[in-house]
Amino acid sequence: MYRKLFKLLAVLSVLSFVLTACGQVATECPPCPEAAECPECPPCPEAPAAGEARLEIVKARGKVVCGSRTDLLGFGYLDADGNNVGFDIDFCRAVAVAIFNDPNAVEFVPLTAAERGPVLQTAEVDLLSRNCTWTSSRDAAWGNFTVVTFYDGQGMMVRKDLGATTLEDLDGATVCVTTGTTTELNLADNFRERGLSFEAVTFEDTASVYNAYEEGRCDACTSDKSQLAAVRMGFTNPDDHMVMDLTMSKEPLTPAVPQGDDQWFDLVKTVAYVLINAEELGVTSANVDEMMSSDNPSVTRLLGVEGEFGQADLGLEVDFAANIIREVGNYGEIYDRYMGPNGDAFTLPRGPNKLWSDGGLIYAPPIR
Amino acid sequence: MNKDSRIQVITRSSIPLWRDERVIQGIAQVISAALVIGFLIFFVSNVLRAAHDRGLSLSYDFVKESAGFPLAESVIPYDESRSFGYAFLIGILNTIKAAVVGIVLATALGTTAALARLSSNWLISKIASVYIEIVRNIPLLVQLFIWYFAVFQNLPIVKESIQWPGPIYLSQRGVYMPSPVPTSTFGNWIAFVVGGIILSILLHILLGRYRLKTGHETYPVATALAVLLIVPALGWFLVGASPLVADIPVMSKFNFDGGTRLTIEYAALLAGLVIYTGAFIAEVVRAGIMAVDRGQFEAARAVGLNGMQVLRLIVFPQAMRVIIPPLISQYLNLTKNSSLAIAVGYPDMFFVGRTIINQAGSAVPVFSMVMAVYLSISLTTSILMNIYNRRIQLVER
Repeated sequence: MYRKLFKLLAVLSVLSFVLTACGQVATECPPCPEAAECPECPPCPEAPAAGEARLEIVKARGKVVCGSRTDLLGFGYLDADGNNVGFDIDFCRAVAVAIFNDPNAVEFVPLTAAERGPVLQTAEVDLLSRNCTWTSSRDAAWGNFTVVTFYDGQGMMVRKDLGATTLEDLDGATVCVTTGTTTELNLADNFRERGLSFEAVTFEDTASVYNAYEEGRCDACTSDKSQLAAVRMGFTNPDDHMVMDLTMSKEPLTPAVPQGDDQWFDLVKTVAYVLINAEELGVTSANVDEMMSSDNPSVTRLLGVEGEFGQADLGLEVDFAANIIREVGNYGEIYDRYMGPNGDAFTLPRGPNKLWSDGGLIYAPPIR
Repeated sequence: MNKDSRIQVITRSSIPLWRDERVIQGIAQVISAALVIGFLIFFVSNVLRAAHDRGLSLSYDFVKESAGFPLAESVIPYDESRSFGYAFLIGILNTIKAAVVGIVLATALGTTAALARLSSNWLISKIASVYIEIVRNIPLLVQLFIWYFAVFQNLPIVKESIQWPGPIYLSQRGVYMPSPVPTSTFGNWIAFVVGGIILSILLHILLGRYRLKTGHETYPVATALAVLLIVPALGWFLVGASPLVADIPVMSKFNFDGGTRLTIEYAALLAGLVIYTGAFIAEVVRAGIMAVDRGQFEAARAVGLNGMQVLRLIVFPQAMRVIIPPLISQYLNLTKNSSLAIAVGYPDMFFVGRTIINQAGSAVPVFSMVMAVYLSISLTTSILMNIYNRRIQLVER
């Protein structure tokens, strides 16, 4: 007769027990290898087990997972056939060639600016190559930043007929900017430092910023110079606008890898060194096979014909550098492919991205 | 205790416990309480743990740090060296500026549209119906985008501003207009203004009483209005130099300098909110008017009141009882919908909050602040409107 009531009470007491138990232990979940008892405790992240190197995981998977973007002309975008192309994309391909000798052994994961940090922190990607500025706080929190592949700076785009050449010419102007960026802070800093006034129009959506500028709501808009150059190409009349010849901040764009794997970190850095050294030594995708018999020992060492520069320690084949140059090209070739005089995306003078020997900042340790 | 109730008690005790309504209800209460408390514990602990795991800060110390970002418009002076907390305050003031002006204008528009829809003039009535039905059925965000990107951004560029009569300039940067600037004689003039107001109120009361007492027409309203205008005007000439001078906007290199201005971001938000909410208010007001018995109109006409008097003295006081409760929710909707300002670049509280989250990295504290302020604004609106509602309710005996 009281069985039903008993059942009800039993269910209730179990329920309340579970609730109180889980409520109390919420902040003290068992350390991760142990299974969580309550549903509240998160499942253990699928981090590689101790001792398992990222390179082994990548080799077992058969492809490199690369955090990238598909919406920025020049750096990471889609061509007419829907292939991932761009300056940052080719760096991912170079890493894939180093490991698999196949530029297509890459899985591209498009990421927004807000997603990139957490994704790198949790090591969901092997490599983040997404025009990401290297800052000290990001280096400390997100992952390991490898080698600066593109020295950028914040610029200012204005209409040509304005005739402005310096920030002083923009005293009192209205400037469009994306909110929540370092750009927004640099803008305020630069104007305040010079005692100039400006009026900001800010949007969270990048497209709205450039739309408002093009419509004339703002006299100028500001972002990384390379981005401004890319956006300008999308305007109805690109020739009416110009990116001013000034730099408001340092924006070193750098591929990054997850923390905690030195071999992988070294491997990705070495790929960047190879690209830069190849340009320095004049090795291109066109002449790489002739260069195999070069008289210059630096060239033959780079191409793996003689000597050795740590390929075994990195877990790579001796001729991986030659493969990279053959499949992807050297640093200068990649740059020119997208942003050179006849680039697919737009033309941006190399400026600080010239080799150090040509007066630029692109410099890599010797390959030996 | 009489015999009947004793029988009842005996009967009760023979009902099985699980069929006893009181027991079932009691158990249901316990279960729902346990569920609610359990879910609360679950969500709060989940947020705290997730924040801890990802290294998100839960401290509010950031409010004192320097903000560093510019804000497009603010009611009180602001520059980048101010703190995050101060920037957030600007956001709150901008939200209030949009909500208060929006509520006033939406009420006016809604009432007009309701009267138009009830009008016996076929054309006016149809225009009002079309406005209400179209606007109510298009999402507000879409309307805001239309207002901002399709209407206001397509105004002439600032160098080709349309000049309205007087030094008022309309362009895609907004409306620039002259603003009054007080001079040294402003204080003396204000004394005349205050005196005029007091005098007109006194006259209105006295003349009104005299009319009631004697039955002679004394024109209390007209006299009061005349005094209200004449005394300050007299003062304007008596104080000597003009107490107010106009600060006229003048085109400089990029923008107009001087004067005051209304940005297109604010205008787009306001237009969107007012026109959207106005359509809902129109239906609320129409329902209220239609709830007043037809006999009331007829009786009012029969005692010789004209159309306006019928509305003002007979219909609206009765309709208000039906109108106010749903009107409160429309006011609250307008206030909360103002958070869509982020889409058109108007720096309201939500917009500033999002910026602070990006720059200071304190998502949880900022969202808690945003929620607390919206809740306070909404509850204040609600309380004020409920007090008003109680005043106009029927006093029943």
